[in-house]
Amino acid sequence: MTRSYDAIIIGGGHNGLVTAAYLARSGRRVLVLERRHILGGAAVTEEIFPGFKFSVFSYVVSLLRPEIIRELDLASHGLQILPLESTLTPLPNGDHFMAWGDHDRARQELMRHSLRDAEAYEEFGREMHHMAMAVRPILEMVPPDPTSLSPSDLGAMLRLGKHMHDLGSERFHMLYRLMTMSSADFLSEWFECEPLKATKSASGIIGTFLGPRSPGTAYVLLHHYMGDIDGAFRAWGFARGGTGAISEAIASAARAAGAEIRTEAGVERVLLERGRAAGVVLEGGEEIRSRVVVSALDPRRTFLQMLEPESLPGDLVDSLRRYRFRGSSGKVNLALDRLPDFTCMPGPGPHLGGAVSISPSIEYLERAHDDAKYGEFSRRPYMDVILPSMIDPGMAPPGKHVMSIFVQYAPYHLNGGWTDQRREAFGDTVIDTLSEYAPNLKSAILHRQVVTPKDIETVAGLSEGNIFHGELALNQLFFLRPAAQWAKYRTPVRHYYQCGSGTHPGGGIMGASGRLAAREILTDWGQRP
Amino acid sequence: MTARYDVVVLGGDVESLVAAGYLAKAGRSVLVLEGRDHLGGSLVTTEPVSGFRFDACEHFAAAIAPAVVDDLALGHHGLRHTVADPLVIAARPEGPPIRLIGDPNATARGLASVAPEDAASWPGFAKRIQPFIDLLTRIYTQVPPQPGSTKPADLGSLLHLALRARGLGKTELFEFLRTFPMPVADLLDDWFSDDALKGALGALAVRHLAQGPRGAGTAFGLFHHLAGSATVPRGRPIIQGGVGHLAWALEVSARSRGVEIRTGVAVDRIQVVDRSVAGVRLAGGETVQASVVLSGHAPRKTFLELLDAEVLDPEFVTDVERIRYRGVAAKVNLALAEVPQFTGFREEDLRGVIMLSPSLDHVEQAFDHTKYGEQSGAPVLEVVVPSVLDPSLAPEGRHVMSVWVHFAPYHLRGAGWDDQAREALADSAIEMLGRYAPNLPGGILHREALTPVDLEERFGAPEGQINHGELTLDQILFMRPVPGWSRYDTPVRGLYVCGLSTHPGGGLTGQSGALAARRVLRSRP
Amino acid sequence: MSLQLLRTPFHDRTAGLAQGAAWRRWAGHAVLGSYELHHDREYAAIRNGVGLLDVSPLYKYLIHGSDAARLLDRVLPRHVAASRVGQVLYMPWCDGHGKVIDDGTCTRLAENRFRLTSADPSIRWLQRNAVGMDVVVEDVSRSLAALALQGPRSRELLMRLADADVEGLRYFRAVEGSLRGVPVWISRTGYTGDLGYEVWLASADALTVWDALIEEGAGYGLLPAGILALDVARIEAGLIMIDVDYVSAHRAVVPSQLSTPYELGLGWAVKLDKGPFNGREALAAEKARGPAWQLVGIEVDWDALVALFGQAGLPPQLPSVAWRTSIPVFVGGSQVGYATSGCWSPILKKSVALAHLPARYAAPGTGVELEVTVEHFRRRAAATVVPTPFFDPERKKAVPS
Repeated sequence: MTRSYDAIIIGGGHNGLVTAAYLARSGRRVLVLERRHILGGAAVTEEIFPGFKFSVFSYVVSLLRPEIIRELDLASHGLQILPLESTLTPLPNGDHFMAWGDHDRARQELMRHSLRDAEAYEEFGREMHHMAMAVRPILEMVPPDPTSLSPSDLGAMLRLGKHMHDLGSERFHMLYRLMTMSSADFLSEWFECEPLKATKSASGIIGTFLGPRSPGTAYVLLHHYMGDIDGAFRAWGFARGGTGAISEAIASAARAAGAEIRTEAGVERVLLERGRAAGVVLEGGEEIRSRVVVSALDPRRTFLQMLEPESLPGDLVDSLRRYRFRGSSGKVNLALDRLPDFTCMPGPGPHLGGAVSISPSIEYLERAHDDAKYGEFSRRPYMDVILPSMIDPGMAPPGKHVMSIFVQYAPYHLNGGWTDQRREAFGDTVIDTLSEYAPNLKSAILHRQVVTPKDIETVAGLSEGNIFHGELALNQLFFLRPAAQWAKYRTPVRHYYQCGSGTHPGGGIMGASGRLAAREILTDWGQRP
Repeated sequence: MTARYDVVVLGGDVESLVAAGYLAKAGRSVLVLEGRDHLGGSLVTTEPVSGFRFDACEHFAAAIAPAVVDDLALGHHGLRHTVADPLVIAARPEGPPIRLIGDPNATARGLASVAPEDAASWPGFAKRIQPFIDLLTRIYTQVPPQPGSTKPADLGSLLHLALRARGLGKTELFEFLRTFPMPVADLLDDWFSDDALKGALGALAVRHLAQGPRGAGTAFGLFHHLAGSATVPRGRPIIQGGVGHLAWALEVSARSRGVEIRTGVAVDRIQVVDRSVAGVRLAGGETVQASVVLSGHAPRKTFLELLDAEVLDPEFVTDVERIRYRGVAAKVNLALAEVPQFTGFREEDLRGVIMLSPSLDHVEQAFDHTKYGEQSGAPVLEVVVPSVLDPSLAPEGRHVMSVWVHFAPYHLRGAGWDDQAREALADSAIEMLGRYAPNLPGGILHREALTPVDLEERFGAPEGQINHGELTLDQILFMRPVPGWSRYDTPVRGLYVCGLSTHPGGGLTGQSGALAARRVLRSRP
Repeated sequence: MSLQLLRTPFHDRTAGLAQGAAWRRWAGHAVLGSYELHHDREYAAIRNGVGLLDVSPLYKYLIHGSDAARLLDRVLPRHVAASRVGQVLYMPWCDGHGKVIDDGTCTRLAENRFRLTSADPSIRWLQRNAVGMDVVVEDVSRSLAALALQGPRSRELLMRLADADVEGLRYFRAVEGSLRGVPVWISRTGYTGDLGYEVWLASADALTVWDALIEEGAGYGLLPAGILALDVARIEAGLIMIDVDYVSAHRAVVPSQLSTPYELGLGWAVKLDKGPFNGREALAAEKARGPAWQLVGIEVDWDALVALFGQAGLPPQLPSVAWRTSIPVFVGGSQVGYATSGCWSPILKKSVALAHLPARYAAPGTGVELEVTVEHFRRRAAATVVPTPFFDPERKKAVPS
């Protein structure tokens, strides 16, 4: 028998769950359909090896919108964010660069590398704070159509214009430069310390197919400063229980509001009636009807897999085909018998409770990118390493540890394609490179899981393994995400919506797309969100 | 006694001469001071070997602003310039080249035999981007908007109204906004499949940029390069007598209006009293009084060398220091005993700009070396043979060839640009030329290699950057030369700037000089 | 875990004297709030004998080269080129908009050699200003140790110990010499508003000099003093402190946090006619129209305190240490300003504070009200705007005849 719902959400990733929770809270009958046996999409915790739990894909939480945490009361649904205290950048010469959480200690370490940088750091922090303040309203708005003459779009453009004007010319110029410059150039204006620049700029390349010297990589630097202004404890954190715990908390909030959630319920396609969405057809053939259908999948799947291309305007299909995914990163997850011992900072210590960044210089990152440009994984990749079991002891058996290694670049379009053999070669490269800094690593490994962009596509269902549902590049942001004229969470098919990371603002475990989509749907229902 | 003028113009490059011409036309007394012996800046024709005249530096000047030619009666003063088909020839290692000519349909017909997959795409591509170029051309003929200083005059809608009013449709407008920040490689991959075609257009987009075609924002580089053109691609303005004849015509035009021009005169200081210009002091100690100084030099020289350090706020100085120059190109000029025989070329192909840039990967790999301070082993070459259309440039039967070599970073690691590095650069360029034109290496009578350091020393190009500041999205429009000071004035009353370091950054030859002169004239009662 | 803060060159001695391990942070260094369990004897030493203060955490820069004076005249609002060798200038300095970045002293060590002290790191700012000049800026913060000897008997002690003309050394002058064979510069400067000196020496010689001072100082009432005692003394002297009484323009987050020299009562240090310097145009304009705000001294009415506490059945209870929190100042029942630091002055027997007030309330004698907390409840006590310094003994500037 079939039941009827107000809304069906395709995909139980964090954005889909956020949309579901908001719709359910407004009293709607909501059903979430997830293809896998667990919820979370790319934000899942899995016990890959007995006793060892991994945030298999996405591994840190930085930008989860505070208003979502408050409005959905996620703390009472089990969400707990633990701080990542520091970032250690080991250097090939045995030295290191350490970004401490404590101000005095951070300055002391900066002064060891560069007196000028130590002084610049605070002014830089202040400017970034201002820039983060400047972009926050943009993250919170439905992108207006800059070509439209409708009162609502004109009004939004006017508000945007006024906002930019109110920044004042100096800050407007800085924001403009931040949006158009490369992170390497932008940081070089402030700093001379290579590991500092490289470690900061690395955040600008994640999820793109660009190197740190490419324009359009600077603005992501702001992400480090967003947490502060929103009153979050720290800019970067780790969810107790792994990133899957975030998904679970949101799911719990959705269920508490009355949403139904089904796993192992893959959707075959959207059911259309008279050109309008009327429900979905599951992979087994089951039909479920609903007033609206919301896709939390990436744009390619949302439009080209869930619908027949004939039901879409030709230029939308064209622009979706030009929309770039090309995943560029992979993961290596390790179960460890003991802690890694870093040559530059031997023994256990608070540094192991923070991140370890293999990013000794901008040149190192550029060379890593060079390999990927020509279809190879980096011979010496950028890595962001954390030991979740140091932050949350529940992630591994007593005395044992789990290590999460985010790796870039690993191109989806690998020369010759990804095979089991290439996957293991990639894993070996990662372990070999990391072992140069922590020589005991190899002997400490109990198990390893290597995740390529191909695996991210196959398992988590992200096209081409792009962790952000499409590159976070200037030409794929704001009113161009995912496509011109379809950036307002609606689609050309009536009653069919999109709410995934492929819509504004997208990226990371942020939830903003899901929340804005829910607001738009409620608006269409004539309900004040 | 000290001389006194209404305006002293610093530098004798094309933009400065244009400004001087406009100022004199409006009745101002004008003195132009050029430190070097030649006028024209990087648009200069030299004769290092008797009978062979080289466009020593830039050979592919931006389109000359038509209004400038008219207003200053440059035709009357001897300027002859044309554009000839074919416009751009994308050479291919084997087989016939790709010919890009003014008529897109004709280009498509030509492509049918050499790159059939792309033949159908070409006219659509040209049609799609022509409105973008036209829009950019219009932007380039005006003083840029100053977003920070406008009233809440609605920046968002400013964009919207400005663009809508220009007749771009909804789709085109979105495409415009989407395309500018893209990597040019992505743009070209969206349209074409032929490697040489994409390689040639990609190389033109990253001319004088420290970016490879996979860098974001390089699609803008292509549009900038095409500014002022009614065709895709743009043709080379062919100036009778060599590019240096433009400066010559400007000089004649300016002198006819009473402008005084002194070359070989170095300026030591711009004199300032209470943040107002008082005049200039020359290297010999002589002073010239003027309440307006218009500098055509790069900002680094104008602000950091010619002014006393106390005059400017440190915040402004920092903005000046942040301008990225990063010259990445070197020049090789050749005197040839005979016509170079490029494999698969027709005779008329030598009229075009010949791109030896076999693929986007080739350009990208050539660029990769720049990041590490190395010169490219396999460079990208942009070749013109000016003597084909202007036989006056070489003795009968002989030819001159002008080659831009990308990429050659100003800051070369190791010993820097010594003689060995310079010759290695010329050798690798000639070796590559020989692969496309086998008779060429044997026919070289004379060669001249100019590294970025040479370009700086000889033509005043800061860090060898002939655009006087990289033309990237963060350094154009209201950001050029420094954020908030794009309207040719400066924090010093009476001090104005023009030249390639200002809007539109050489996007239209003569335009910055014309706009700066207008700004100066508006400032006086 | 071991101490993760920087140690001053005197750490090996000061740590041994710390009775309560009362470590505080100063510019990333561990310094003692007080050596004894209470700071009142240390304060008394400053006003009656000699207080020995480790002020090494100050940032210190050596500026030399033919354009050294030119650089400083560009950065600082006082006329550095006109200062004499051996002269010390105190002043705030500004960004291009005339907003205060920092304050400190500039000592002319030789014709083309200066030492600048600052509260925040300044090397980048100095170097940014030095573009196009022939000048070297060296950070000597760690290699140069500094001790302050403050108090009425400091001259006698130094005259006994130092081989330098201490007796003839005038206020805000410095002299080169030696102390127990250690080369030192001695300046008649300090942060207490009393007779006092600062001794500048190589960090390597720090312990020798410390030991000598402790040994000889016993006879002059010398006590090592921590920053709690110093804080009381500097408030009595009406001296401002960065991050407490003002926010550096390089770190201000909103415009209301910015200050100008005129607003901080330091307009006397701005020489508008000396030639171009950072912020001159903005400062000239501000001087012409008058500053909108003023940092002033206020004195709380004792009777008002007695009455307020009396209502709660208590005698007046005042904190024994200086406070550094912002406290509202009222006029006519509305908040018009805020006090940024204050203390009970043991020598004046008064409760005093430094407060930011709109210019129209800044004239001495103006009646205001300061918030006080009486048994958990906020009250308002009458107070009066008074000139600073609150405490200004003649000995501060006097030269023995």
